[in-house]
Amino acid sequence: MNAPTKKLKVATTSLAGCFGCHMSFLDIDERLFTLLDYIEFDRSPLTDIKECSPDCDIGIVEGGLCNAENVHVLREFRKNCKILIAIGACAINGGLPAQRNHLPLSTILEEVYHTSPGLANGMIPNDPELPLPLNKVHPIHEVVKVDYFMPGCPPSGDAIWKVLTDLLAGREPTLEHGLMHYD
Amino acid sequence: MSQTFMLDGKAIPFEEGQTIIQAASKAGVFIPHLCYHPDFKPHGSCKLCTVKVNGRQTASCTMRAMAGMVVESDTEEINAERRALTQMLFVEGNHFCPSCEQSGNCQLQATAYHLGMMSPHYDHFFPSRPVDASHPEVLLDFNRCILCSLCVRASRDVDGKNVFALSGRGIGTHLIVNAKSGQLADTDFTLADKAAQVCPVGVILRKRKGFAVPIGERKYDKAPISASVETEGR
Repeated sequence: MNAPTKKLKVATTSLAGCFGCHMSFLDIDERLFTLLDYIEFDRSPLTDIKECSPDCDIGIVEGGLCNAENVHVLREFRKNCKILIAIGACAINGGLPAQRNHLPLSTILEEVYHTSPGLANGMIPNDPELPLPLNKVHPIHEVVKVDYFMPGCPPSGDAIWKVLTDLLAGREPTLEHGLMHYD
Repeated sequence: MSQTFMLDGKAIPFEEGQTIIQAASKAGVFIPHLCYHPDFKPHGSCKLCTVKVNGRQTASCTMRAMAGMVVESDTEEINAERRALTQMLFVEGNHFCPSCEQSGNCQLQATAYHLGMMSPHYDHFFPSRPVDASHPEVLLDFNRCILCSLCVRASRDVDGKNVFALSGRGIGTHLIVNAKSGQLADTDFTLADKAAQVCPVGVILRKRKGFAVPIGERKYDKAPISASVETEGR
């Protein structure tokens, strides 16, 4: 690949995720330098830019939707990024946070803040600054259109590299045996 | 001279009475499947093994091979439908691979890899399906059940115990345990049963044995599911 004249703007975020996918992204190691010939980071934990530029080319979203703020950020990404990629199990199927989905939210809050052993009459946090939790955790494709998916918990650095280089080269991303993992 | 039919342009020999998938497996050609198992009478329910025979769709695990048939299997159209069926299985249950003991050895997961399933596509049901941990040796995690009925057939036809059954209809179909309490502990099920060995996903699990094989060395880490056709086709 020849270095392009204009670099693609890439935004990344972690919603209801653990940042494991971002850590795995860093596992592309020295290939990050090659990648930086082609892209520049916009909103991302790596830059600490707080809002997406309106002309982002690629948005990479880790984590599912467990509260109202997650939905807000996801919609911001969809609005500002030409291509949206879901990275990791949580963004794709809700993942670990979605394991609460068979329990009523009120029961969970009660147990965490009131009835667990060792709690001294705690209260359920209700500061207006705190985003409200959703009744259920949802994968991101249930709320916005998602263009590409990188499965894995997390996807390996090699899988992330494969998808990104496929996209940069204008190919439909594929993951062959060994790179495709749901765990 | 044995008779043949054409499968994706290749002549496949077969013996009288063999199904398409049996003949294909024996010839080393993989047809994706979940409820089919070479040791059992076909059930024909998962529809993953659907092929086109002379232009019409049918389940290759139930359709007998006939001389001169023209069968299509590994085509973009059929694989897209298989992928959609697989995606529906994923969203109907709770298939959280990262915490599943069967991950890496799971036929549903390996089939999804084979079909290039990058996302579940549909909205998740997130059903509530409590596990049955009553049995001292075996855990039943119904969250992962794909209703293949292999445990039903194994328990009935091989073990002679009738421990499992599919109950309900349509989207309400679910696996039940044949005991008044509905609990596995109240049946004569044992780890030595054939039914304990056939689950293609992670429902019937031996207790205290989870995650024994490290990631990278599990069955489908080493080779894709399509490579297992040689061991299945006897």
